[in-house]
Amino acid sequence: MSNAKPITTGLDMDTLHAGRRQLSLKDEEITLRIKDFNLYYGEKQALKNVNLEIPRNKVTAFIGPSGCGKSTLLRSINRMNDLIDNVSIKGEIQLDEQNIFDKSVNVVDLRRRVGMVFQRPNPFPKSIYENVAYGLRIQGINNRRTLDEVVEKSLRGAALWDEVKDRLHDNALGLSGGQQQRLVIARAIAIEPEVLLLDEPASALDPISTLKLEELIYELKDQYTIVIVTHNMQQAARVSDYTAFLYMGELIEFSDTNTIFTNPKTKQTEDYITGRYG
Amino acid sequence: MNMRTWFRTGTPWIWLNAAAVSISLILVFGLLAFIAVQGLSFFWPKDVIQAQYTERNGQITRLIGELHESEEVSAGRVRDSGYDVVIDETLYTRHLLKTGNRDSLGIDFRIILDKDLHELSYPAGLMTMERREWGNFYGYLKSVQQDGSIVAEGEASRAEFEARLERALALYDQIHAIEKGDIGEINYEIERLRLKERSLQLQGDSDPLKQADIVEQRQQLDQRYSVLQKQLNELYTLVKRDSITAEVMNGQQVVIPLAQVVRVYYPNDMNSFEKLGMYFSKLWEFVSDDPREANTEGGIFPAIFGTVMMVILMAIIVTPFGVIAAVYLHEYAKQGAVTRIIRIAVNNLAGVPSIVYGVFGLGFFVYFLGGNLDALFYPEASPSPVFGTPGLLWSSLTLALLTLPVVIVATEEGLSRVPRALREGSLSLGATKLETIWRIILPTASPAMMTGLILAVARAAGEVAPLMLVGVVKLAPSLPLDGNAPFLHLERKFMHLGFHIYDVGFQSPNVEASRPLVYATAFLLVVVIVVLNLVAIHIRNRLREKYRALES
Repeated sequence: MSNAKPITTGLDMDTLHAGRRQLSLKDEEITLRIKDFNLYYGEKQALKNVNLEIPRNKVTAFIGPSGCGKSTLLRSINRMNDLIDNVSIKGEIQLDEQNIFDKSVNVVDLRRRVGMVFQRPNPFPKSIYENVAYGLRIQGINNRRTLDEVVEKSLRGAALWDEVKDRLHDNALGLSGGQQQRLVIARAIAIEPEVLLLDEPASALDPISTLKLEELIYELKDQYTIVIVTHNMQQAARVSDYTAFLYMGELIEFSDTNTIFTNPKTKQTEDYITGRYG
Repeated sequence: MNMRTWFRTGTPWIWLNAAAVSISLILVFGLLAFIAVQGLSFFWPKDVIQAQYTERNGQITRLIGELHESEEVSAGRVRDSGYDVVIDETLYTRHLLKTGNRDSLGIDFRIILDKDLHELSYPAGLMTMERREWGNFYGYLKSVQQDGSIVAEGEASRAEFEARLERALALYDQIHAIEKGDIGEINYEIERLRLKERSLQLQGDSDPLKQADIVEQRQQLDQRYSVLQKQLNELYTLVKRDSITAEVMNGQQVVIPLAQVVRVYYPNDMNSFEKLGMYFSKLWEFVSDDPREANTEGGIFPAIFGTVMMVILMAIIVTPFGVIAAVYLHEYAKQGAVTRIIRIAVNNLAGVPSIVYGVFGLGFFVYFLGGNLDALFYPEASPSPVFGTPGLLWSSLTLALLTLPVVIVATEEGLSRVPRALREGSLSLGATKLETIWRIILPTASPAMMTGLILAVARAAGEVAPLMLVGVVKLAPSLPLDGNAPFLHLERKFMHLGFHIYDVGFQSPNVEASRPLVYATAFLLVVVIVVLNLVAIHIRNRLREKYRALES
């Protein structure tokens, strides 16, 4: 896989790659800037001096072996790690030039701007409609018309509308795994975040659902800056514009996806993407 | 097969498990069946026997009554109780005969020896009569009188009696309605007026307008009362009109006013269907009527009502309290030594003997809280207490405290089973912790809360000891819920099935008569608890159904 051939699956690679042959970070507008970022679980350092710039309206993938810190890094972006005891950080993550760890930043507002989709679909035990409307309802929006509109728009945006439009008020737990994951994405985009964090969103899905999800990600990047963590290198190659390779808490290499997969600079990256470890 | 390999297959272990389960099931169903049979058979109209009996002194008397129990006793014991028996004959049959007629015979149960019983028969025409006083009557109906003069005799008297009894019962219902309902209401109003007057006095308010108002209201009430009193007097004279004459077993003729009769039937003349009808009528009376005769007769409705009411109030108090405590412990408190100590304390609280809670309830709720409430809000009622005395509210609070650990533990269990993904999902959408708990976590943990509540209800409904200190009484004059504003009287004392069992079983003047009632009440208590539990389980199962997909 270290040669120039992109991985072929059911997805039309040429279409996917068409727009990013000559990608370069220099041309991008930067949404997220991670600066000298260190994170510790108690004594143990999980992230070491990570520097990373994540471009707007592009898909950035984090890859790396288990335990390399890619999920931790992702969860730092919307401060999900705050929930874990004993976590301490050093360094900055800037969202639109503002440090999200600054005291003046309200974590609730931050999470509204940075949506997240998790590894396993986690719809709430409510109806499909209420799942999507949840983010709005907690913002105090209860107007039926507004909610109806947003729910439809979000479900369409997540390519789920046609499948569920006749059973919006059924329990969301009755949906299939792939549908649930798209519902969770609809739920996340309903509150119109700037950034969408996807933490191995396809790891619990079957191949067909995965394919649909990847197509969806491709469509969503027009409006959102997407960061995706994946174990699946082929997936990273298929969906992302930029790829960061992390190993043992360190950022080893970060570049546009084509370069990473065809011409990695470091030996470690090459070993990993050719499957020698990880 | 080799013994050793047989052991290793695990077969004996399975048998052991199965045996343990079977024994538990047999015990549970055996217990239920036993109290059900003992309790429910009490309402079956028993045949009445008539027999000649040779007394100890050789005299022959006629006995009439219901045979209740028979047992074999040794000659020695019979001899010890004063009979002249041949010692070499080893066993004698002894019967317990309910002769009723406590007014004319003095006792209503007799122990008789089978060998002295002759000419046993079930003659037609023997009458069983339930009365408001003096217990059952057994005997022959002779005649029916109106105002002392005979209107029917012999064969005709039975029909006449029935017709007139119906009238008397209707009149009695009217009297009861006026006494309990209307007059009760007036008394309640008068008491309120008195308290109002007293509170005006205490405030030093001598506004003549207010005084006049009170006087006027009181006059109105007095007027209403005298009208009712007149009605009552009329009804009393009406109901006193009829009486019957009947013959008891010693040949004595007694006159019984119809106002005293609750029910009459002739068991020896009834076929099985008629008896079945009578059975259900008696059963209905038992669950729907007030008790009579120091709780040994009549129904136990106030006790059922009190039990259910108290349990519901307890549930209303304990659920929010326990859930909030559990949410704090599990979601907000920093986990560490302190929370561990709190958890240990909570668990230990569940092991404190319930009577200790009773003592605490009496000291803290009744005397301290109640006393202070009285001093603050009800100075006009002093020196008689309002809340400073055992009552429904304090009972519910004490039991809520008693069952709190169960609810806390079960809720915490439920909270820890809520998948982390759900919390994170909600937080990632910009919900605060409170919103997440309120909208996602609590609903998802609701089946566990219901489990806690089910356990709490089961424990609370069966608890008696603490209640004896904080609010249960042998006989409550009125239900805690009635038509007088504010309708729910939390300060009132109430009756409780568990205490009723104790009271009827141990404190009753007539132990033999009340024994079947103990079983019947016990059975009813079990039924009430089962019903309460089934309702809660039904709710929980519906909640579970809703959140089922999350469990896997």
